Amino acid sequence: MNSGMTIIVKTVTRITVWMILLYGIYIILHGHLTPGGGFAGGVVLALALLNVLLAYGRSYTFQWLRLPWLEHVESASALLYLVVGLLGILWGGTFFYNFISKGSLYHLLSAGTLPILNIIIGLKVALSLFLVVWVLAEARTSKGDAA
Amino acid sequence: MMHPYFIIIPLCTAFLITFIAGKNDRIAIVLSLLATSIMLAIALVIYPGLNDRCLVYEMGNWPLPFGIALVLDSFSGFMLVVVLLLAVTSLLYSMPYLEMVGRDWKYYALFMLMLAGMCGVVLTGDIFNLFVFMEIGLLAAFALVAFGCQAEEYEASFKYAVMGTVSSTLILFGIAILYSSTSTLTMAKIAALLPDLSPKVVWGAGALLLAGFGLKSAIMPFHAWLPDAHSSAPAPISAMLSGVLIKALGIYVLVRLFYNVFGAPQLFMQIFVLLGLLSIIIGVLLAIAQWDMKRLLAYHSISQVGYIILGIGLGTPLAILGAVYHLFNHALFKGLLFYNAGAVEVALGTRNLKRMGNLIRALPIASHTSMVASLSIAGIPPFNGFFSKLIIIIAAIQADRPIAALIAMIGSILTLASFMKVQRYGFRGERAIDKVMPVGWGMNAAMIILALLCVLSSLMIVPGIKEIVLDPVVTVIAGKTHYIQLVLGR
Repeated sequence: MNSGMTIIVKTVTRITVWMILLYGIYIILHGHLTPGGGFAGGVVLALALLNVLLAYGRSYTFQWLRLPWLEHVESASALLYLVVGLLGILWGGTFFYNFISKGSLYHLLSAGTLPILNIIIGLKVALSLFLVVWVLAEARTSKGDAA
Repeated sequence: MMHPYFIIIPLCTAFLITFIAGKNDRIAIVLSLLATSIMLAIALVIYPGLNDRCLVYEMGNWPLPFGIALVLDSFSGFMLVVVLLLAVTSLLYSMPYLEMVGRDWKYYALFMLMLAGMCGVVLTGDIFNLFVFMEIGLLAAFALVAFGCQAEEYEASFKYAVMGTVSSTLILFGIAILYSSTSTLTMAKIAALLPDLSPKVVWGAGALLLAGFGLKSAIMPFHAWLPDAHSSAPAPISAMLSGVLIKALGIYVLVRLFYNVFGAPQLFMQIFVLLGLLSIIIGVLLAIAQWDMKRLLAYHSISQVGYIILGIGLGTPLAILGAVYHLFNHALFKGLLFYNAGAVEVALGTRNLKRMGNLIRALPIASHTSMVASLSIAGIPPFNGFFSKLIIIIAAIQADRPIAALIAMIGSILTLASFMKVQRYGFRGERAIDKVMPVGWGMNAAMIILALLCVLSSLMIVPGIKEIVLDPVVTVIAGKTHYIQLVLGR
């Protein structure tokens, strides 16, 4: 595999990508307790994946991530978000009613549906941002070619 | 309480299409058509019962000044009916049209997102929520304008995107001024707090919001993006953009904000009248010189929006009635005209009026319905456009503005002239054309439905029907800040 950047970049990426992913997950899971949340954490996740794309090149990343599957997760996450809202109608009578017990303040498992929604938003944002950059990387145009 | 379903159903359909219908266009067509028809049915069932009531739906059970509320009153219900009516015919029309242009499930997903944006804007009672829905609708519209993937379409879409972003920024600044001075985003609460504040808040925020939403509704000095965007989009999307998008995202919000939130300040009403008159006359003068049929129609949208804005600016109940009625009528006949233009484009492969000819034999349905639409937009008596323009002109005379009435009349005559040009060159020319590409049944059905509605909707002004259909909307708008009591005082 001779695509991508030098071995130095690849090695550093291999070590750091998990840390970045972990940090993104941390921000998402603590969305209801600390600043940040689904969107901010999702962006961090997307950046971790983009690191891999930049360091290792497209063909390797494509195999590593199994892209068609990611596209399905991306569309499904939007639907899941709606489903949580609809469950609110089912149990609470209003759209996006917080139907799970709120728990006690400052605990990781608290705030009812908020952590769930944060996770879904995180997934959606991470995959959407990554796929947008992916599409831009795929579409290679030469000068004066509008297609 | 049905209001959240107007947002849930289109969003759900859009995501379902990307998720399960990904490989199959037929599922996408069935899903979107089914969803839109259900929504239209719900809207039609709800609307007559609304009358003077105002149904408030608090999302997630958050009480009102804190949470986001969906507010459904007659004005919102009326806009929902208009939007969904055109959406159903547009989808009917899209089926065969897209098959010829190149079918794609992405089109239907984007269409449903645009619909969700419009329904959201019309329903929401929260000014920032309105901004978010507006962006959803707009972003989907940008993509749909560029759907043909030609250089010209990309250019139009890019221009639209730039102008759309500029206007959204202006709107965001306007919202920021309102939020910083009232500390709330609920429109009714803002309206309740504004009278105690310095009038400069209304002037500052009003100027920014007028420019922002003026750009969205393509009133005269802010119109430059519209002819490109509306003529480059696929025909059913042109119909949606010209017919309802500029009204739901532009005019509806202008009326809601300047009447129900700001209480119709005199300064802005004068500006509305001025801009309306400018739009009427310059829009039609620009239109009359066009040879590209869709471009001509797009310039006419500017002119016809001018009539609505004029009616809104005059501010008497009669003028508002005319404006609301003209809004409905314009959606119908402009949608129909764009369908006609699309049918000709499919059949002959051209939009240039000079290259068309006598199409009565080749495209009977398109040419006959185009006659109905042309007579409607030009304001010829039995058709709907006549009554709405007449009401606006009478209202202008009653409001002691004879010059405004005169300009509106001249605009109407010039409209008639430019549509005589369309008929003379486009559909009833000398050159007989017999061999054309066939037009699908869905396209014909959409054109017939709208042509029938063009004739039938002139009945909306008949006493008895008017009280049910139009008067509740006028009551909401003319009630000005009575909106506060309706939303908050329960």
